[in-house]
Amino acid sequence: MGLVTPDFGLVFWMTVSFLLVLYILKKYAWKPILKSLKEREKSIEDALKSAELAKDEMARLKSDNEKIMQEARAEREKLLREAREVKEKIISDAKSEAKTEADKIIGSAKAQIESEKLTALNQIKEQVVSLSIDIAEKIMKDSLDSEKKQKEYADKLLRDIDLN
Amino acid sequence: MFHKSKIGFAIFLSFFTVLFNLSAFSQHETKVEEAEETFNPGEMIMEHVGDAYVWHIMTIGEHHIEIPLPVILYSKYSGFHVFMSSKFHHGYESYEGFKIAAGKENPLKGKIVETIEGKELRPYDISITKNTLSLFISIFFILWIFISTAKSYEKRKGKAPKGLQSFIEPLIIFIRDDVAKASIGEKKYMEYLPYLLTVFFFIFFNNLFGLIPIFPGGANLTGNIAVTMVLAAFTFVITTFSGNKAYWVHIFNTPGVPWWLKFPVPLMPLVEFMGIFIKPFVLMVRLFANILAGHIVALGFFSLIFIFGAAYGAAAGYGSSVLTVAFTVFLYMLELLVAFIQAYVFTLLSALYFGMATEEHH
Repeated sequence: MGLVTPDFGLVFWMTVSFLLVLYILKKYAWKPILKSLKEREKSIEDALKSAELAKDEMARLKSDNEKIMQEARAEREKLLREAREVKEKIISDAKSEAKTEADKIIGSAKAQIESEKLTALNQIKEQVVSLSIDIAEKIMKDSLDSEKKQKEYADKLLRDIDLN
Repeated sequence: MFHKSKIGFAIFLSFFTVLFNLSAFSQHETKVEEAEETFNPGEMIMEHVGDAYVWHIMTIGEHHIEIPLPVILYSKYSGFHVFMSSKFHHGYESYEGFKIAAGKENPLKGKIVETIEGKELRPYDISITKNTLSLFISIFFILWIFISTAKSYEKRKGKAPKGLQSFIEPLIIFIRDDVAKASIGEKKYMEYLPYLLTVFFFIFFNNLFGLIPIFPGGANLTGNIAVTMVLAAFTFVITTFSGNKAYWVHIFNTPGVPWWLKFPVPLMPLVEFMGIFIKPFVLMVRLFANILAGHIVALGFFSLIFIFGAAYGAAAGYGSSVLTVAFTVFLYMLELLVAFIQAYVFTLLSALYFGMATEEHH
């Protein structure tokens, strides 16, 4: 029976001591321990979180870099293309200009040639006319040196006029 | 801080050394017929697991080496008495009208009684018994361990745990996360956590202390019903006082139960009401019985050596010792496990009761 009968003295001391232990441990052990445990857990959590953030930031920077690189590449291509176009345009412009210039030159040359030709032809005509006149004069002088012949010719001319 | 605690420990030890020396010089020659008495395992075991007014350390030949402990009594007839238990001379003499009750059938056997008009009466007895002293010693160690751990938390702020911290921290986190938070809930667990941690480590350390066979361990503190009763009473009081409306409604008007179980015979309320007291009662008995049984079985195995030795001669005793020591070692391993499990179970159930008492009604 002795084992299952709680002894008053021990109950008394146990109650007093346990209350004391509870109070002392609560104040001087559990409070600081739990507090620093919580703080440490929080700092670890924060560290993990910031690491995660840094990782995200890195990924973002990387993708940004990629984007910038891509943009730069596109820009370069665009510039190259534009340059090529400009080059071609300049060449074609120059070509067409040269062509028109050449056409103009050719045209004016042609016109000049034409006018020169005309002038030359006119001169030739005049020459021919004066020569013909000279020749005709000489012929006339030869054939109309007699009175009779002059008369005959005058008659012929008169006849011709009538016919007209 | 470390040095301070070392000095404190040295003072503590020297205090007990003085006590020990005092007792060693006050040895008494025991009577010859007692020394020749045959070995009685039942009596030996009961003496070991029970409480006493002296702390018996060992007996060499005919000399008992024991620490006498202070006796504090209050009697209605003769008032306060404070004296050392060595005044009883191992229970053979009475002092100031008090004696240690004897006799096989005496229900007060082993307790201090006062003989008034031929009757043996029990005075109010708050003597520092073996268990009380063991309680004080274990409390000293517990406070020392946890306060120094708390200090090292302050000293090594934000750093990884080291030394004693590494041993204690997983247990604290275990009690906090898997016992308190899981049973009581995120909102209120912090209120009960100090109690749960104290109860857990108190039981765990005292269980382990009880397994140390030599002084200052070896007392059967958590296997003493007075101790487990006080612990269970704390859980009971905290549960009852933190019970909210939903808790009491659940007890007196259990929801989801057919009405004829509540009226006209209030069967369910009665059962639930009894449950309030049965729960802590079971807590008390479980811890007490588990630890007591462990001590009894371990001592029983040891007794086998002497039983065989007495029955079949010394050779049989020596021969059987190999087997019994092996068994006892096995049992010790088991008891180490039990020491933790019982502390855990007590704490977990307390937490569950607190959780029930504070659960919000849905």
